[in-house]
Amino acid sequence: MNIVIIGATSAIAQAVAQRLAPQAQFFLVARSEKRLQAVATDLSVRGARAVTTHVVDLLDFAQHDATLDRAFQTLGKVDLILLSHGTLGDQQACEMSFAETERELRTNFLSVVSLLTTLANRLITQRHGTIAVVGSVAGDRGRTAYVYCAAKGATAIFCQGLRRRLFRHGVHLLTIKPGFVRTPMTAHFSQGRLFVSPQRVARDIVCAIHRKKNLLYTPWYWRWIMLAVKSLPEGLFKRMTF
Amino acid sequence: MAQFRSWGRYPRSEAVLYPLHWQEDPLPPTGEPMLAVGMGRSYGDVCLNHGGTLLLTRPLNRFIAFDPVAGCMTCEAGVTLGEVLDVIVPHGWFLPVTPGTQHVTVGGAIANDVHGKNHHRAGSFGAHLQRLALRRSDGLTYHCTATTHGDLFRATVGGLGLTGLILSAEFTLLPITSPMIAMESIRFDTLAEYFTLTRESDAGHEYTVAWIDAASCGSKTGRGLFLRGNHAIASGGNTRPAPAARPWQIPCTMPRGLINRTTMRCFNHLYWHRQRARRHHCEVHYRHFFYPLDGLAAWNRLYGPRGFFQYQCVVTQPAVVEEILRWVVRSGGSSLAVLKVFGNHPAPGLLSFARPGITLALDFPNRGHRLFSLLQTLDELVLADNGALYPAKDARMPPRLFTASFPHWPQFVPFIDPAFSSEFWQRVTATDKGAVS
Ligand SMILES: Cc1cc2nc3c(=O)[nH]c(=O)nc-3n(C[C@H](O)[C@H](O)[C@H](O)COP(=O)(O)OP(=O)(O)OC[C@H]3O[C@@H](n4cnc5c(N)ncnc54)[C@H](O)[C@@H]3O)c2cc1C
Ligand SMILES: NC(=O)c1ccc[n+]([C@@H]2O[C@H](COP(=O)([O-])OP(=O)(O)OC[C@H]3O[C@@H](n4cnc5c(N)ncnc54)[C@H](OP(=O)(O)O)[C@@H]3O)[C@@H](O)[C@H]2O)c1
Repeated sequence: MNIVIIGATSAIAQAVAQRLAPQAQFFLVARSEKRLQAVATDLSVRGARAVTTHVVDLLDFAQHDATLDRAFQTLGKVDLILLSHGTLGDQQACEMSFAETERELRTNFLSVVSLLTTLANRLITQRHGTIAVVGSVAGDRGRTAYVYCAAKGATAIFCQGLRRRLFRHGVHLLTIKPGFVRTPMTAHFSQGRLFVSPQRVARDIVCAIHRKKNLLYTPWYWRWIMLAVKSLPEGLFKRMTF
Repeated sequence: MAQFRSWGRYPRSEAVLYPLHWQEDPLPPTGEPMLAVGMGRSYGDVCLNHGGTLLLTRPLNRFIAFDPVAGCMTCEAGVTLGEVLDVIVPHGWFLPVTPGTQHVTVGGAIANDVHGKNHHRAGSFGAHLQRLALRRSDGLTYHCTATTHGDLFRATVGGLGLTGLILSAEFTLLPITSPMIAMESIRFDTLAEYFTLTRESDAGHEYTVAWIDAASCGSKTGRGLFLRGNHAIASGGNTRPAPAARPWQIPCTMPRGLINRTTMRCFNHLYWHRQRARRHHCEVHYRHFFYPLDGLAAWNRLYGPRGFFQYQCVVTQPAVVEEILRWVVRSGGSSLAVLKVFGNHPAPGLLSFARPGITLALDFPNRGHRLFSLLQTLDELVLADNGALYPAKDARMPPRLFTASFPHWPQFVPFIDPAFSSEFWQRVTATDKGAVS
């Protein structure tokens, strides 16, 4: 399998890549050369046939096309693209500054849109491939960290529409909505029972990729938790503090 | 603060949990003592640090190098032995030493200097360790081998996590030609028979171990099944490991008292009668041979909310083993008892547990002071024999038993990182005799 991973140093992406490693060829994208190197070596030992790394700050949208060009040049045909970059920014800072909010939206939503726009066309030409986008259960309803929620919600809706377009061309798009995962992003939270390991969600993600699922809540119970959260009346919901 | 449980789910303990995701991540700036933990598969309190910080090393699970020709593995400390096996077995290599579960980290295997069914041949895990990288609170990373920083190396092997944070390690592997184990299971009726069997088998078999019935009374005490095995010779088949079937899991903590005198007797009785013939030959996948308990995830929940204990000692005289079993059966029995004769290898670490002698591991549900008083009796038998208890399995040994078990501990103390400590260490170095709860 030829796999491109954007945000390849993310804990969730690493766990997914480790499961897919045997015989795969990877093109890994993230900001830190050193971390990318550690991930690349790990995947090689786990059986990957070839691993190429590419350093880029995804906030620099001008670099997106060049990055994807290089990915397709390196791999030839691409079977799977995983978009897993993201930040859980400082909500309070966002409330005080649009610049901060914009930055969060650029990282978590607009960069995804930029990448998907190019990717969609490339995969349509290929008439083959799967795109897996890591959204979040946070995108299902605007809560306290509503800037992040908005970005993830917008991503999910964008993917929903794009999926319809891709479908007609034999290209598949999977939206992944993880619940709470123990990763650097959530390291500063006090982690209760609902937190699971990146390995746990990776198992579901890989399975969903193989089964060509459209929408994945992982672990499964988040589908029902979010159903409950979404069905709370707004008058009640606005008074709640989570 | 969050609760962190060791495998025995006793004692209860809370700590600040601090995950480490990259080798270059700094240690937390904390005034409280810290301690690295892996999978928390130790039974007692060597992996607990009440009121302090626990450095979670599991995210450090990247491989660094694997030489499939020379059989040498380098990886981060949070990689589990199961993950190592998944990589190496298809290339014809095996772990040099493995404990009875694959769900332990390389860091944990080093810090407890774990042993396996091949101790008589291979010694403990530390004997195969080539180098390790150790981060200490002075901010430096020490690259230790038997010769460079050799003292720190010997202190860290079996060092119970007290010398700092192990970041990565390099160890040598054992060549195999098949993932299968050619094993033989032999019934024995008495301990004397067991000792004869193991004496006869150790030369010709890589792996030997025995399960014994320590729940049934009278002449049944000490009967058991002796297992011996060797890596099978490849028959030209595919050597990829069988895909891991998702194990059954005990979904929640079972009610107190589920494991009691009656159920323990039943279990031991059934286990004994599992095999009709005196001898049974077969070829099994290595996972079935080494990790039968991994087939039931979270089985420690069977013991209920109060948790359970494992009492693992090493003693020199067969008579002491018999005496221990007599006491155990008299006071209600043990749910699972395992016996193995260790080989004659020099210990790689200052505080290594495995040493020449007979090791006996006994599981007990936590029955409060009744159990404590039994274990105190056993302590006296072990002490009188100049034996030792295994810290990885311990949550209660008195300080004097620790110092008697580990005569090199004064040489070990200078290597302890001043910012590191553990509940175990606090307990066994406490000066008051009331330290045993
Ligand atoms: C079913 C079962 C069977 C077992 N069978 C055996 C057996 O046959 N033989 C045997 O020897 N043991 C056996 N054990 C015990 C187990 O192998 C050890 O307790 C092992 O050390 C657990 O590894 P862990 O990753 O869970 O470490 P933890 O339990 O989390 O920690 C163990 C120790 O290692 C230290 N440590 C962990 N990671 C690091 C690090 N990166 N740097 C520094 N210190 C670190 C901790 O501070 C602690 O002192 C068994 C345990 C179970 C549950
Ligand atoms: N953790 C959770 O509980 C959770 C829950 C739901 C959804 N998610 C989503 O899951 C995805 C993965 O997150 P994670 O939890 O695995 O977090 P993580 O380990 O912190 O990973 C975040 C990744 O995003 C990359 N990144 C961030 N900004 C970037 C930028 N401007 N340019 C390039 N790369 C950038 C980071 O690269 P660097 O290494 O260069 O920093 C890192 O690889 C994210 O989309 C997140 O929103 C997480």
